[in-house]
Amino acid sequence: MTATVFKRPEALTTTITHYCPGCTHGIIHRLIAECLDELGVRERAVGIAPVGCAVLSYNYFNLDFQEAAHGRAPAMATGLKRTRPELIVFTYQGDGDLASIGTNEILHAANRGEKITVIFVNNAIYGMTGGQLAPTTMPGQVTTTTPRGRDVGWTGWPLRVAELLSSLRTPSYVARAAVHTPRHVIEAKRCIKKAFTYQKEVRCFSLVEVLSTCPTNWGLTPTEATAWLDKNMVPYYKLGELKTPEQE
Amino acid sequence: MGNKILMKGNEAIGEAAILAGCRAYFCYPITPQTEIAEYLSRRMPEVGGMFLQGESELAVSYMLFGAAAGGVKVCTSSSSPGISLMQEGISYITAAELPVVIVNVVRNGPGLGGILPAQSDYFQAVKGGGHGDYNTIVLAPATVQEAVDMMILAFELSEKYRNPAMILADGMIGQMMEPVEIPEFPETPSKYIAGHEAWATIGAKGRKQNLIKTLFLDPTLAYNLNLKLAEKYRRIEAEEVRFEETDTGGDLDILFVSFGTMSRIVKTSMKQLRERKVKVGMLRPLTLWPFPALKIRELAPRCRLVASVELSMGQMVEDVERAVQGKAPVRWYGAAGGFVPTPDDVTEAMMKMIEEVPR
Repeated sequence: MTATVFKRPEALTTTITHYCPGCTHGIIHRLIAECLDELGVRERAVGIAPVGCAVLSYNYFNLDFQEAAHGRAPAMATGLKRTRPELIVFTYQGDGDLASIGTNEILHAANRGEKITVIFVNNAIYGMTGGQLAPTTMPGQVTTTTPRGRDVGWTGWPLRVAELLSSLRTPSYVARAAVHTPRHVIEAKRCIKKAFTYQKEVRCFSLVEVLSTCPTNWGLTPTEATAWLDKNMVPYYKLGELKTPEQE
Repeated sequence: MGNKILMKGNEAIGEAAILAGCRAYFCYPITPQTEIAEYLSRRMPEVGGMFLQGESELAVSYMLFGAAAGGVKVCTSSSSPGISLMQEGISYITAAELPVVIVNVVRNGPGLGGILPAQSDYFQAVKGGGHGDYNTIVLAPATVQEAVDMMILAFELSEKYRNPAMILADGMIGQMMEPVEIPEFPETPSKYIAGHEAWATIGAKGRKQNLIKTLFLDPTLAYNLNLKLAEKYRRIEAEEVRFEETDTGGDLDILFVSFGTMSRIVKTSMKQLRERKVKVGMLRPLTLWPFPALKIRELAPRCRLVASVELSMGQMVEDVERAVQGKAPVRWYGAAGGFVPTPDDVTEAMMKMIEEVPR
């Protein structure tokens, strides 16, 4: 007799993703799907897709989905969750979307304590438009709009979203994780599951920032990209739980 | 028959949303419509509804999207600069074919402008407003009673066509008090959009995914959406034109085309003009989009002059010209910046204008 030890989560479809080789969106999608399955909330979950590489993420999730305008996913999630509180509502947003054009929406959704979950994928660059400067781009990092590397005297320092949001007085769950090694993937899943659990228990706003790779726009191989993330991003974007609602 | 009570326009608009079954309202404060928000902040919780003040009009427009995509009747209100910010969201809402109701209590522009009444958002309201090929249904009340009735109609039409509907009022309608008869319904209308279960994002229990999106990278699919919207708009133009005719029988010296607050001033001017032996009539669009173009075209050959009288520097006049198709001379009269012409101003301007037009 054989037992199934690994299978596709019900919350994922069989559609093959369009993501580049070495991109970690696929891992993050799977972690979300596993958590929704394990919490038994797939049938009342609604995702909000961003503008960015994950705009087509609704093709990979076996859930109801809305597609947002650039940066506005938290406002749409607010509209849905406030009028349909029984739903489990999450946004999936990149760093251009959430940390640049959508800063007002994410800040106020968090500050109002919207009972939504935000999966914030930070790969330090604009992916879909072909590798431009993001607020999260590392100092000296070369992008198509910073050909001589990011000059922090000209464009400021990389924005630490998790730290910014964890400074708010409103109770919330804010964590930062990464998915560049198996150990980090396991920890990222723990954070994501905790975030959805807080929503399921109608506790608080929850956000998990996930450090992610973009080999294509970083101009690196997938293995070089994971090493680059570990060396450059992890020291600046500290991993761990920054805020929990229990810290009252 | 309902109760007749004295109400401020903005508060009556708020109550009308509740009468229509709406139990979700998102807003951002802006003069001269903030009383709608203040009223509903108190009233919504009384009827089990949801009131939320958003961080910006931009965010509010997407709160509407999120709620409507969940099958919920939803509305907002704002004034000109705030409506400009909402136009991004309105374009997306239209592309997603979601019904929402938006109230624009117009103030004078451009820019920050001022807080006085104007109709200078006519172009923005009736020509789409945001990016892409689309229209919103636009209703123009001239009295507080009409504002109430049109709110209820706006919910009906937006739901029927799954398209945003806008009330284009002005600061005068919003701020004045008038007696209103609050209509009574045999039963409270549902707070949900009829038939939403088929498409709304309410959890994929026992069925395939419901998806509300506006990105179509495949040009054929993008074109198909535009064709579908265009077909819907032609249907709305054929079936939903509404207007009021005043003394339009027989040959006319002047046919006025005017709406909202300005149309009330024109009505007083019409009495003065009749005393001066000028034959006058008025076609008042109740729907600015769809515009009563065919009716105006039908009346034009019997008119010495067609006058578009508006609280703008000449916006609706373009649609009047298009409707008249050269079958009569068309002129504009109006004011902007918050100035509202008096009946005497209109009368004098018309007496001068009519002399310049050959019999």
